[in-house]
Amino acid sequence: MATEGHAPTSSEYVVHHLTHLNNTGHAQTNVVDWSVINYDSIFYSVVLGMLTVFLLWLGARKASSGVPGRFQGFVEMLVEMVAEQARGVVHSAESRKFVAPLALTVFVWIFLLNAMDLLPVDLLPRIWEGMYAAGGGDPAHAYMRVVPTADLSTTLGFSIGVLLLCFYYNIKIKGLGGWVHELFTAPFGSHPLLYPVNFLMQIIEFLAKTISHGMRLFGNMYAGEMIFILIALLGGTATVFGFLGHVVAGTVWAIFHILIITLQAFIFMMLTLVYIGQAHEGH
Amino acid sequence: MNLNATLIAQLVVFFILAWFTMKFVWPPIVKALDERASKIADGLAAADKAKTDLALAEKKVVDELRKARESAGDVRASAEGQASKLIDEARAEAARIIAAAREAAEDEAGVAAQRAKEALREQVAQLAVAGAEKILRREINVKTHSELLANLKQELQ
Repeated sequence: MATEGHAPTSSEYVVHHLTHLNNTGHAQTNVVDWSVINYDSIFYSVVLGMLTVFLLWLGARKASSGVPGRFQGFVEMLVEMVAEQARGVVHSAESRKFVAPLALTVFVWIFLLNAMDLLPVDLLPRIWEGMYAAGGGDPAHAYMRVVPTADLSTTLGFSIGVLLLCFYYNIKIKGLGGWVHELFTAPFGSHPLLYPVNFLMQIIEFLAKTISHGMRLFGNMYAGEMIFILIALLGGTATVFGFLGHVVAGTVWAIFHILIITLQAFIFMMLTLVYIGQAHEGH
Repeated sequence: MNLNATLIAQLVVFFILAWFTMKFVWPPIVKALDERASKIADGLAAADKAKTDLALAEKKVVDELRKARESAGDVRASAEGQASKLIDEARAEAARIIAAAREAAEDEAGVAAQRAKEALREQVAQLAVAGAEKILRREINVKTHSELLANLKQELQ
């Protein structure tokens, strides 16, 4: 960014890194604004989503009952793992036909989205700045965030998708009447005085599930990204201490982050299964 | 930490990807896995069966070997018995033939010797007579000499 004028201060650097490339061209001002759309999150999710299904499809295309190759063995291992988890949580073979593949997609996709964190924190944004500047724009306004799961809109989008599936299976399994009945009679019992309390509890439960589901992934990835940015700032001091600190801290955090991204992808997948499984069971 | 329309787009992408996986990824893999599992189960069963078959075959081989060895022993024993019997018979026959031949030869030899003795005796007598004649032509004394010759002949008997 140090093309013209002054080099960015630390806070400018951080803010620049945390600003999305969106349709307005500047940072979103309101916390919720449905007229704004983040191009970077959409772009990376779609590309990685296509990569996800392409890789899985590659494994599925060559699937045979013969001796599997390494790649096919790997895909099969993933499928077995997800199928095993789904069998334990969703007790409906019919629903598992959709829910298990969904969980597999979610796991692989979110893992890849999280893995964007492991790319050098300035790599893609700097390339984008170069392209933006070449197009005649001011590189200071070339925003780019490469980790879609560090965007709350993305993670809440996923968790609301899971919520909609919960509604769908609630209605499918219990019938619309049965589900509405459950909404007003569980968890405290069937008494007209308790209806509002029950309903309030159910609403809170759905809200808490969905928000915590999305927030958990977002929080972990956002924090991870933030730490990578801070480590990059350390290296940006261009001193011996800063360089060594960057190398050591960056290495340690990246290695630790491999665990986090896998774990968070797994947790998101498991919670998806658990919430949908709960939709199959009466209170 | 902002919320915006990205959420809706991600929601849509989420379902499209899940649908794709459900349609094109999951079924073939699960099918292949199930097929392979049953194949492996079949293979294991076949291996077990082969193992028991092998054990049975080995047992059979041992039995057959033992039987063969026993029957070979029998055959050898009977063959040996027969051979020694044949040898004994042959030996007895040979002894008999030898004895008969010897007897015949002895008889023949005895007769020949007798005949030769007779012939010799005759010749000696003639020789003696011839000798005597020659002597007698010179000293004629038949009387004394014939007596002598008779004595001699007597002695030669």
